[in-house]
Amino acid sequence: MSDATLRPATGLHLPGLSALGPLLALILLVVLGAFLNDNFLSAGNVTNVLARSAFIGMIAVGMTFVITSGGLDLSVGSMAAFIAGVMILAMNALLPGMGVGVPLVLAGMAIALAVGLLAGLGNGLLVTKARIEPFIVTLGTMGIFRSLVTWLADGGTISLDFGVRQFYRPVYYSGLFGVAWPILVFAAVAIAGQIAMRHTRFGRYCEAIGSNDKVALYSAVNVDRIRLLTYVLLGLLVGLATIMYVPRLGSASGSTGMLWELEAIAAVIIGGTALKGGYGRVWGTVVGVLILSLIDNILNLADLVSPYLNGAIQGVIIVLAVVLQRGKSAA
Amino acid sequence: MERRTFLATAALATAAAGLSVPVAAQGKKAIIGVSIPSATHGFMGGLNWHAQETIKRLKATYPNLDFVLATAGAVGKQVNDIEDMMATRNIDALVVLPFESEPLTSPVKAVKEAGKWVTVVDRGLSQAGIEDLYVAGDNTAFGRVAGEYFKANLKSGQKIVVLRGIPTTLDNERVDAFKKAIEGSGIEILDMQHGNWNRDKAFSVMQDYLSKHKQIDAVWAADDDMAVGVLEAISQAGRQKEMWVVGGAGMKEIVKRIMDKDPQLPVDVTYPPALISTALEITALRFVSDTPVYGRFIIGSTLITPENAARFYFPNSPF
Repeated sequence: MSDATLRPATGLHLPGLSALGPLLALILLVVLGAFLNDNFLSAGNVTNVLARSAFIGMIAVGMTFVITSGGLDLSVGSMAAFIAGVMILAMNALLPGMGVGVPLVLAGMAIALAVGLLAGLGNGLLVTKARIEPFIVTLGTMGIFRSLVTWLADGGTISLDFGVRQFYRPVYYSGLFGVAWPILVFAAVAIAGQIAMRHTRFGRYCEAIGSNDKVALYSAVNVDRIRLLTYVLLGLLVGLATIMYVPRLGSASGSTGMLWELEAIAAVIIGGTALKGGYGRVWGTVVGVLILSLIDNILNLADLVSPYLNGAIQGVIIVLAVVLQRGKSAA
Repeated sequence: MERRTFLATAALATAAAGLSVPVAAQGKKAIIGVSIPSATHGFMGGLNWHAQETIKRLKATYPNLDFVLATAGAVGKQVNDIEDMMATRNIDALVVLPFESEPLTSPVKAVKEAGKWVTVVDRGLSQAGIEDLYVAGDNTAFGRVAGEYFKANLKSGQKIVVLRGIPTTLDNERVDAFKKAIEGSGIEILDMQHGNWNRDKAFSVMQDYLSKHKQIDAVWAADDDMAVGVLEAISQAGRQKEMWVVGGAGMKEIVKRIMDKDPQLPVDVTYPPALISTALEITALRFVSDTPVYGRFIIGSTLITPENAARFYFPNSPF
């Protein structure tokens, strides 16, 4: 099917359109937003939406690889909260020794990535070595990480020291050439992800394992190692997302990162990756993430419906975006 | 747990104080079951902390009392907790903050029908007359007090935005009372969206309000967690000088900023998580004295101002 989408379009049933389904939905949403509110396309609003998407976006790129290789990770939202909690506590603890400055922030970032890597490694080992279903493993670790952060916070909120916060703040709020850092990092992750999926052995192995792990194994692919790598990669990306998240509000609590896992999975599927594995599309995931953020943004900007119905509108658009591409590809 | 010390101290306490102690007189410890939602957000975190602190203090003060604390993350779990307390711990009283009113009504009613004392906290049951004691904050006053402050401090034609909590009756009561309080003032409510009592959600809702509206004179964030997200969005947009924010509940960081006369946070409205302590203390009285404690105890919502803020500041609480 991936080959078919690359072929030049001929006839009425353009095969390319199936892949373009989510992109069309995104464009429709942008047009709708611009039509409903003059400020929708203002630099401020575009920056807000993209920067907000960045956390889920980085996680969703990692999730694309996990899902493509036939896995699933439900723990990413709780993991983000846990990493944020550990990172803030560690930075507060290191503060007296290191003082406010670049080394302290770098130490915090290193800790976040290390915790993310270990958490991902844990998930991956349980899936590959202990041979437990990824759904169950990550459902378990989801509860564990969520409880741990609530426990670390004593049921309240873990807050970064005020001075450190002021110093670290620009990592979310400022940027390069007027583009905010989270957007730049998200873009870099997305491009690297697209290349890894399409142009490296790792990406091809992920798709092979996802479509048929037995055949992949007989073809001398180290199935367990690739699977393990996808979880580790996802853990690292959750760490990276947390690095960009913590300077935003400077705090973590039991409600941090709530339902991020579902948003990330939804974005991956909207983007055209098969939930049962075997085919992954990283740029589609990016489009999916943007669609989800835009729905929220548009509902806030325009008083279209009662706020009670926001969830319903989101649900309809998610299903439509998927129907659009599945319908076309079936034709 | 510490049976030997209990026997000794219980005997000592009854002998020394000569109190009329109905349960202890029969040589048995009164067990009070406490069932509350788990610490999933700031307010509940504070409530959990106050519950644990109060239980510690009551156990030390009244050796003939024992407590069973269960926290639940979902309605179903809370129902199970209460059934377990009845079946295995043989509780004499239940102090319950229902996760939701409807599903908890019949399990709590069963406890009452078994002849136990029932104290309901904060969220009422859907049937009247089950509980012996009802302790709650005042949601109507919470909205009204905030509304009165807005009415007194804004001129006709000035514009505000509102962040609502999780869609619940409790949230409706607050918002209705707020709207009623500002009625006739000419203050215009530009927007009302749900921030779900969550910092991140409130941050993005406020960002969108700021893109959408050129003029905003004040924000009713209706919750201190949401106020934190709102303040961050306002400072990102560089519009700190244009508007002030009123939260709610009494989070220590917010109360501190009111004490320090932060112009962005002139006041706060209380809805104390320590209301669980009130419920526990009063219920305990029932088992250690003849003090009549049945009825309703409504804790008022008052305005925290720079002048009185010190009274509401608990630096040790997590909230």
